[in-house]
Amino acid sequence: MDKETNINISVTLWTLTSKEIRRFMRIWIQTLVPPAVTMTLYFVIFGSLIGPRIGSMDGFDYVQFMIPGLIMMSVITNSYANVVSSFYSVKFQKSIEELLISPMPNWTILLGFILGGVCRGVMVGIIVFCVSLFFYPDFSIANPALTILVLFLTSILFALMGFINAVFADSFDDISVIPTFVLTPLIYLGGVFYSINILPEFWRSISLANPMLYVVNTFREGMLGISDVSISFSLTMISIFIIFFTVSSLYLLNKGIGIRD
Amino acid sequence: MSYALEIDNLKKIYSGGTEALKGISLKVNEGDFYALLGPNGAGKSSTIGIIGTLVTKSSGNVKIFGIDLDENVAQAKSMLGVVSQEINFSQFEKVLDIVTTQAGFYGIKKSIAQPKVEKMLKRLGLWDKRHDQARTLSGGFKRRLMIAKALIHEPKLLILDEPTAGVDIELRREMWDFLKEINSNGTTIILTTHYLEEAEQLCRNIGIIDHGEIVVDTSMKELLRKLDVQGFVLDLEDPLKEVPTIKDYSLRLEDPLTLIAAVNKEKSINNLFDELNKLNIKVKSMRNESNRLEELFIEMVKK
Repeated sequence: MDKETNINISVTLWTLTSKEIRRFMRIWIQTLVPPAVTMTLYFVIFGSLIGPRIGSMDGFDYVQFMIPGLIMMSVITNSYANVVSSFYSVKFQKSIEELLISPMPNWTILLGFILGGVCRGVMVGIIVFCVSLFFYPDFSIANPALTILVLFLTSILFALMGFINAVFADSFDDISVIPTFVLTPLIYLGGVFYSINILPEFWRSISLANPMLYVVNTFREGMLGISDVSISFSLTMISIFIIFFTVSSLYLLNKGIGIRD
Repeated sequence: MSYALEIDNLKKIYSGGTEALKGISLKVNEGDFYALLGPNGAGKSSTIGIIGTLVTKSSGNVKIFGIDLDENVAQAKSMLGVVSQEINFSQFEKVLDIVTTQAGFYGIKKSIAQPKVEKMLKRLGLWDKRHDQARTLSGGFKRRLMIAKALIHEPKLLILDEPTAGVDIELRREMWDFLKEINSNGTTIILTTHYLEEAEQLCRNIGIIDHGEIVVDTSMKELLRKLDVQGFVLDLEDPLKEVPTIKDYSLRLEDPLTLIAAVNKEKSINNLFDELNKLNIKVKSMRNESNRLEELFIEMVKK
């Protein structure tokens, strides 16, 4: 309860978060099923058909090596997509006015959307993990605490990035440009399908500039116990980016950029 | 006197350089039913937008029941309900969810909100449609839903931006009755409308805004008193073939059985009846022409 205004902040936050969860659950066939189908195809083609010909990667079966990367890929795209599409839709439909006219503080609005994105990202991550067990039933998680930590931090980070994209978006094209032309290439080149140790020195150095590499490898450290990069450095960078994007999002909301005339 | 709304020297210049508000000041009494009129682009929606924090002001002050929007925006907004001109709810959600969610945005727990929502939806004739997706509602029901949403947290000040635009006459009358009822229960109402008859029927006080400035801020009675000429509609017993000529009165035939008389406020209506009697024209009934405010409005914004 906010003492100055007598407004129950936890109720406002829960209302927005549950609305966001209700939104993606209502269209589950568009939000939860596609990652399961796409990842099944990846596991069938790259895991079961091509994987045995590739052999092992960093001492693991190729399908086993791919599992953390594919989970991260799904978590990143879904956390981002949920917030960017939902926040842009409320702008487009003008239902953002419901929120702006209400006494909800801006941080609650931000947190509500982020929690919605995190819920979808984590849920999709769990779904993809369950799918992967059909292809590698003996999978055991090396460090569950680190795995869960990275899963949530990654969801938060990309949900925040989706929020900022939506704030600046003026059309539906604007919400697909970054996922298509920036996120997807970075994810594919970020060590989802391979270890950067197999790359020539030049490309390995270039890859180190790809932020996705740190997210994917930290998660792989949690699930398999192997990583191409320093875990403490990665966690620090992810945390710094979360803080940076949180402050930026709140600044944009407080200034009304993209949402107020 | 306590004020529901105090606006002081409010200015708004949009990023393109358009000066929408040139320093308007306005006070609306607690419990009032106030009409804010003005032609398109006069600054009404900018004013409402600033009060609802949908538009960022350039300068000036806004207080809602004495609470400055700059000092305690959450407390000020908790006393405010706004019915926007355009539909602004998610079209894919159910009616019940939309109103319950809106209550939640004001910190009202679901268990407390549910009976309020039921009462509100029943009052506005939406209860039977509570499980329908909003997009399937007709235009009139969507308007009712907008009002239900704006009132669910029981605001002390309700602002309606053209709430009856595009709704049929029957529904408009129903909405008038509803608004009169909540106003008599203590809610201050500010209404913008293009139906000047609506403002005349409902509102006690009136402000006219034009080119970003308040050009009139007075009581409805006072404003109507300024009208030099009043129009009367006379329903006749027998049809007339041509317009009678009576000195000092301007007459015209709407149809053979309806005579419109423009009567200067200096002249007596009795004289008109005497003259009509002399011409053996029998009047069955008489009523005011409803465009009195419209004439004044056009005059005010022409200046």
